[in-house]
Amino acid sequence: MTDTAKSNALHFGLLAALAIGFFILPTYHSGNLARIMILAIYAMGYNVLFGYTGLLSLGHALFFSAGMYGLGLTMHLGGWSPAPAFLAALIASSIVATVIGFLVLRTTGVAYMIVTLMFAQAGYLTILYFGTYTRGDEGFALKQATRQLIGLDLTDPIVRYYTALILFATALLLLAYIIRSPFGRTLIAIRENEERARMLGYNVTAIKLKAVILSGIISGASGAAYALLFGYAGATFATVQYSILPLLWVLVGGAGTTTGAFIGVLFMTYLIDYASGQTNAYLIVVGVVLVAVTLFLPHGIMGTLRNKYAGWLP
Amino acid sequence: MILSTRGLTKTYAGVAANTDVDFDLPQGQTRAIIGPNGAGKSTFVGMVCGRIPATRGTVTFEGADITTMAAHERIRAGMAYTFQITSVFPGLPVRENVALAARRWLGSNKRAVTSKTDEVLTRLAITDRADQLAGDLSYGHQRILEIGMGLAQDPRLFILDEPTQGLAEAEVEDFNQLIKSMDAETTILLIEHNMNVVMAVAEYITVLDQGMVLANGTPAEIRSNAAVQEAYLGTGHA
Repeated sequence: MTDTAKSNALHFGLLAALAIGFFILPTYHSGNLARIMILAIYAMGYNVLFGYTGLLSLGHALFFSAGMYGLGLTMHLGGWSPAPAFLAALIASSIVATVIGFLVLRTTGVAYMIVTLMFAQAGYLTILYFGTYTRGDEGFALKQATRQLIGLDLTDPIVRYYTALILFATALLLLAYIIRSPFGRTLIAIRENEERARMLGYNVTAIKLKAVILSGIISGASGAAYALLFGYAGATFATVQYSILPLLWVLVGGAGTTTGAFIGVLFMTYLIDYASGQTNAYLIVVGVVLVAVTLFLPHGIMGTLRNKYAGWLP
Repeated sequence: MILSTRGLTKTYAGVAANTDVDFDLPQGQTRAIIGPNGAGKSTFVGMVCGRIPATRGTVTFEGADITTMAAHERIRAGMAYTFQITSVFPGLPVRENVALAARRWLGSNKRAVTSKTDEVLTRLAITDRADQLAGDLSYGHQRILEIGMGLAQDPRLFILDEPTQGLAEAEVEDFNQLIKSMDAETTILLIEHNMNVVMAVAEYITVLDQGMVLANGTPAEIRSNAAVQEAYLGTGHA
């Protein structure tokens, strides 16, 4: 088998397992899995920038919430139906990503991290400032009656699960396609050696801006899907915590791997789930495990598998 | 002239690295730039390829004024550049390193990229290492690979900043052969410390000293130039 064939087998195998999962797993776990798939889209969006382009952003909650409110507000206040509202979310997050990307790419390294953090914080405060519409921290629920798509009730667990799976599959296959494309190879080249890429004639700044926009749209799609499928939008999702989470997911799962994002969210969700069932001090347990993972698997779960056993892993 | 500079000057906080360099490079020539350490050789080629913004002066490439062009645009215009300190993509396979160079101008034409990549790998005799990570190659092979990345761009002007630095003697000999084989295809601008290399490959030599052009001439003329001998005296060149 060629590497491409192996990587296709992995991706379609994972999607097939998830497709069967709903019928095999207990309700509690299939509900979890729907949420994990949606958040994995967010992690994949983050991974485009962090794992493939080598840009460490601390402000991705801004893109996630741009999608969440792009859909949430158009549905909640505008009375839009889910499909156009989802499109509005993609447009909102692409506009935010373009503007932010244009501004933050003037910086690099630590300055880049700080500036992204600041913009995300400004975004969070903006949501609070317009509390009349956004309901601030309290947020707002999307009514069940509005969460209908082509005659399907998105609040129904099975519809929700498979909608999440379709969106997840789209993002995963899109990411797999992009990183094999000439554009994706260039992103990796920039991560590996930006100056060399520039001196091969690549317009590094323009390519990085494209990466920010792509990453922002995928993250925004995740935010929109989250609001749509779980019926809630709130400012909590714009806080710094939601900028740090995708970084942790990707680090644990494996930066610069297509499946690492999903593995990272899965691992962290069940780690928190299990630890919080054992003790109130579950965050200590989570912290210790994260330190251990960083120490012993510095390239994350999938990254370590790739380095040690399977060089073909995408 | 494929490349000309007029009055090219670079000052760092008042200290001049290059002062009013007028330089002309005819199409097809292999030119070496030599000079003692700190003569401003790397700064000069840095300004030519756009990595270092000039304080004043102009750079003309193939008749067009490229002074305000960004570095990547100059590369796209037909230059290739190899770094003084080896610069490859260490985490990527050798083949992908070369392919990235070819893909920039051959675009999404996969077949053309593959055939160009294979051609370069064969020419440099590193086909058997094509699947190794570039970072795992020996230093000498990394230097060769970086030259390969230049070749894969089919440049009309190939700038090499101290390409033989740190190479073993046998490798230097291979390098000389490589440069000679490129002679017919492209114009070469070479910064070089190793006088054996300079005398073996250069058709014409420019000597920089203290940021200014000290002399221009054929290898024989430069060898017998009193001012050049003065500038080099005691610097222990080979």
